[in-house]
Amino acid sequence: MSSDTPPVLAEPEGQAPEPVRARSALTEKAGLGDRAFAGSARAAAVFILVIMAAIAGFLIYQAVNAISQDKVNFLTSFAWDPDGNNTNGVPTFGIAAIAWGTLVTSVVGVLLGAPVAIGVALFITQYVPRKLGSFFGYIVDLLAAVPSVVYGLWGLLVLDRHMSGVSKLIEDVLGWIPMFKTNGTYGSSMFTAGVVLAIMILPIVAAISREIYKQTPREQIEAAYALGATKWEMIRLAVLPYGRSGVTSAVILGFGRALGETIAVAMVLTTVPGLVTRILQPGGNTIAANIAVQFGEAFTTGRQALIASGLVLFLMTLIVNYVARLVIRRSTNKAGA
Amino acid sequence: MAKRIDVSGLSAYYGSVRAIEDISLTVEPRTVTAFIGPSGCGKSTVLRTLNRMHEVIPGTRVEGKVMLDDVDLYGAGIDPVAVRRTIGMVFQRPNPFPTMSIYENVAAGLRLNGVRGKSDTDGIVEQSLRGANLWNEVKDRLNKPGMGLSGGQQQRLCIARAIAVSPDVLLMDEPCSALDPISTLAIEDLIAQLKNEYTIVIVTHNMQQAARVSDRTAFFNIEGTGKPGKLIEIDDTPRIFANPSQRATEDYITGRFG
Repeated sequence: MSSDTPPVLAEPEGQAPEPVRARSALTEKAGLGDRAFAGSARAAAVFILVIMAAIAGFLIYQAVNAISQDKVNFLTSFAWDPDGNNTNGVPTFGIAAIAWGTLVTSVVGVLLGAPVAIGVALFITQYVPRKLGSFFGYIVDLLAAVPSVVYGLWGLLVLDRHMSGVSKLIEDVLGWIPMFKTNGTYGSSMFTAGVVLAIMILPIVAAISREIYKQTPREQIEAAYALGATKWEMIRLAVLPYGRSGVTSAVILGFGRALGETIAVAMVLTTVPGLVTRILQPGGNTIAANIAVQFGEAFTTGRQALIASGLVLFLMTLIVNYVARLVIRRSTNKAGA
Repeated sequence: MAKRIDVSGLSAYYGSVRAIEDISLTVEPRTVTAFIGPSGCGKSTVLRTLNRMHEVIPGTRVEGKVMLDDVDLYGAGIDPVAVRRTIGMVFQRPNPFPTMSIYENVAAGLRLNGVRGKSDTDGIVEQSLRGANLWNEVKDRLNKPGMGLSGGQQQRLCIARAIAVSPDVLLMDEPCSALDPISTLAIEDLIAQLKNEYTIVIVTHNMQQAARVSDRTAFFNIEGTGKPGKLIEIDDTPRIFANPSQRATEDYITGRFG
């Protein structure tokens, strides 16, 4: 607030120093420029809130409208036929199947991507000379600059061909778990989508982790070395504990990205209706991909139903972020910092 | 336990900058040797060469010999990690591991040495905390974070952590410079006790402290900015403070410079 600001500091910077003016510095109100700036900043903040409220209101209105026409349970149904194409115009849709697909692909993406990202961050900050490290960091950052649609094309045209071998191997070893059984065909699966997501979230998780690990206090590192720690023991004693909460939030941020990733997943997956539990065989769908694929050909109720599913996705991301905050808060309390 | 350190012709570099030049000195077992001198004179660098901590910083290098009894610490086939396990170090600012409890902090070095059994660990942790004069203050809250202690207690925790692995030598790099006078006194008392079991080398800016705690004192000086630090003299502490053989030492301890 302008009244808190000492008038002396309210003078615009970058001007030549002026001689002390005759006016009393203690009673002088904030200058016109200062008030104008405060006013415009406040207006911008209010404007953002108004826009967000308007968007939320519009989406909720549309969603409620669709859900009220739904003839099955919106949260638990596996069907997606909001325009009633197969049921003589009776809307039947639920988000259970696509929410499941969203979670599964994202979890696969995080499980595969996060360890690699953390490894990359440790390698860059702890194992290579600084110059080489920043070069590697730059290369990893470049991954983030590749457009989603390119990842989608690559996943569909290149990666998917090579996934059948890996998928078959996993089935051979872990096939006794229902999730890893297949009908004999592999690819265009939620697993492939998860691998694409892993690569897509890798740069952000690696970049954040790198910045955190880089800030490990010198004293902690030396404390570990002075006890006779090897490099890896030093990392375990000093670097990993220091970075734990930050890296956890980086991973959860990556998870949030994976949840919302649309076009690459839509291109890779062969969508089939209903719930798909087998992640190695073709099939599966996610909320975001479903919206991208269906929106063009949906009618009024269909569009509103897709908006409703988008709201669910938004809610999921919100919960994920909230959990991330809880994790961070708990681990910082434990550290006593 | 308690070994002799014999340094000869020691120089240390940061990149191409020579920080210390041609240092030779001997540290007797079960004594306290204080390193004093103006800022930048290289006394901390000398200390850090004694347990090969100097080379933890990229681009650094050491020449010369550091003998621990009859082993050259810079000889071929010597593992710096093993050196640091036998020569403990306490730093300027207390640096307990922030995510660990008091107990875990003391046990951290034991875990690195492969001590696993709970009763073994319990015994050594208690013994180390007693050795660091901290046991009575923390015995009821061993599982609380080490960071919850006061600065002086944290520093004693770090000393307990260092002695838990039974080192031959204990190096202290200005261990009291971040502490209040009462905590400083506690550490100084502790040094006097630890002397019975360990060889101790302490870097200090505080000349009264050097006079109080040490048996021998080494004075380091630097000719000018960018010049390497050199050892001016090392002698019994009373002699250094009463009747030093070098003019520069006398000027420094009488406060004429530095």
